[in-house]
Amino acid sequence: MKTLKIEDLSKNFGSTEVLKKINLEIDEGNFLVLLGPSGCGKSTLLNIIAGLETINEGNVFIDDYNVSKVEPKDRNIAMVFQSYALYPSMNVRENMIFGLKQAKTSKEKIEQQLEKVSKFLQVDQLLERKPSQLSGGQRQRVAIGRALVREPRIFLFDEPLSNLDAKLRVEMRREIKKLHQQLKTTVVYVTHDQTEAMSLGTRIAIMNHGVIQQNDTPENIYNKPSNTFVADFIGSPSMNLIKGSLKESSGEISFTASGSNFEIPVKGYEFKDKSNLNNKEVFFGIRPEHIYFKKSNESDFEVTLRADLSEYIGHEQIMTFDYANQEVLAKFPSTIKIELAKETKLYFDLTQTSLFDAQTEERI
Amino acid sequence: MQDNLKSSSYQQLEQKSKYTNMFLRWFLYFVLILFASYFIFPLYVMVVTSLKTMEEIRQGTLLSWPSGLNFESWAVAWGGRGYGAGDTFLKPYFWNSIKMVVPAVFFSTFIGAMTGYVLTKWRFKGDSWVFLFLLFGCFIPFQAILLPMARTLGALGISNSIVGLVLVHTVYGIPFTTLFFRNYYVSVPTELVKAARIDGAGFFKIFFKILLPISSPIIVVTVIWQFTQIWNDFLFGSTFSFGEAAPIQVALNNMVLSSTSVKEYNVDMASAIIAGVPTLIVYVLAGKYFIRGLTSGAVKG
Repeated sequence: MKTLKIEDLSKNFGSTEVLKKINLEIDEGNFLVLLGPSGCGKSTLLNIIAGLETINEGNVFIDDYNVSKVEPKDRNIAMVFQSYALYPSMNVRENMIFGLKQAKTSKEKIEQQLEKVSKFLQVDQLLERKPSQLSGGQRQRVAIGRALVREPRIFLFDEPLSNLDAKLRVEMRREIKKLHQQLKTTVVYVTHDQTEAMSLGTRIAIMNHGVIQQNDTPENIYNKPSNTFVADFIGSPSMNLIKGSLKESSGEISFTASGSNFEIPVKGYEFKDKSNLNNKEVFFGIRPEHIYFKKSNESDFEVTLRADLSEYIGHEQIMTFDYANQEVLAKFPSTIKIELAKETKLYFDLTQTSLFDAQTEERI
Repeated sequence: MQDNLKSSSYQQLEQKSKYTNMFLRWFLYFVLILFASYFIFPLYVMVVTSLKTMEEIRQGTLLSWPSGLNFESWAVAWGGRGYGAGDTFLKPYFWNSIKMVVPAVFFSTFIGAMTGYVLTKWRFKGDSWVFLFLLFGCFIPFQAILLPMARTLGALGISNSIVGLVLVHTVYGIPFTTLFFRNYYVSVPTELVKAARIDGAGFFKIFFKILLPISSPIIVVTVIWQFTQIWNDFLFGSTFSFGEAAPIQVALNNMVLSSTSVKEYNVDMASAIIAGVPTLIVYVLAGKYFIRGLTSGAVKG
């Protein structure tokens, strides 16, 4: 049984297609993050799961029960919003129990739930306060509390941290992680922040233009992006994509960047399909953090590049190199000194590379 | 040496800017007082005249101070002289106006709040057209609809009645009240409504429990606006009512124009003030919310 299942879901606003044939499944207790740039349809998808938006095509199942036409309140879900959406005229207590009261829960049960949740979230001292008298973090906690008291099957979070300042955001992120570890409820979480997605999710679905680009574990998303969009979206700075072509001679496959003769062997790479690789136009992907200044492994491959630019960030530095007129970024500890405008020996970690078809932009 | 030079020139500059500032300040006060007196002058004449006897009015000037606090003309304006036919006084018409204003303000405000709520939080296909047509209602000159409205009231059997006037004022208030509430609710985060829907609240519950409790600034604005409009209305009152069903502005007009022998300026002035006092009271009581409500709107959750 899947806790949440989405089947061939499509949604348009007028003539604009917002979601195109989305298929998605979540197992009990998973933390799914919907990640993507703004306008990719992730919030619309969440609203559809909540029942706040109608569906044009397809179905939504919660616990194998088709809820496509069920009212939000009957879907056994709870949602936390970006603006917290606490009812301004009610105090914290009234805010938290509003849903239970609507559901005609018994008084004892309401009190019991309220006490349990408010203690758990440490808002039991704030019960008589109005939302306007709370700090951002407290509001966030109350908003989560309002969702918790209802004991839903699925928690929906709509960018809950993006209204907080940077420091508080990191704190609340950890709290949400802890919360999930303790309660083990199924969560669908929308964000455009990759760090949030990586640190919170047990699974991440990356969306762009209404299509899920990759739905995988954070490790696979990072290490084996399924197309150039994912490769580019995840990581900061993002993955270097060097344009060039593959060459196959006597079973050995190598990559040559356009405008250069220098061959990089890719024999260790796990191709999906080993046929027709010769002369294939590809992007060679390597993350800045997988380019080293010192050789540390047998598989590290030596290249000589000219340093063009250095950006110092404190604990590290980001260097821009020239590779046959293509920019290649690398991340080093800031203790390393590299002279600009000079050829420098660097080492590519060939176990950490990705190759993409230049036409389809898909991983090969 | 150079430092000394510098500091003395700075002192001079400081002195100079002090004088300039002082001059500008006094000039500002002068202009303000000038305009204030320009606006307060007619009120002064009205109050002073209403407290004079006819004898004093004939002998003194417009601006002269009354000999004492003589409220006789106020009593006459309010309750009449006590002799039968032909004696027009404001008391019954004042109550007519109250009976008209209270329900008309209530219904137009309430309906405006509802439509504003629907147009912002329950968007539907073509809602912007509905809003456009409602806005159109704000710009229709009232003279243009007198005839069709008279026919409608006649067909409904409520012409020349307070109920009829309540209906007319409610209908013609809705475009304005809708505009006010819509613009206010636009700034209320829609996530509030979403949260309430997930919590299981329906259309009316969300309106009464979530939105209405945070609407007081705009309610005050709307009530003041509507109260002033309806209370001061003469056109609809004089067209759709006559005789005993007339509101106070119509009665005031009749009183002032139909004086038979002598023009009793003191009674006329007292009547005019009585007819204007309720709006003044509303402004004094709710004025500060009026400004606040017009300028604010954003509700921070």
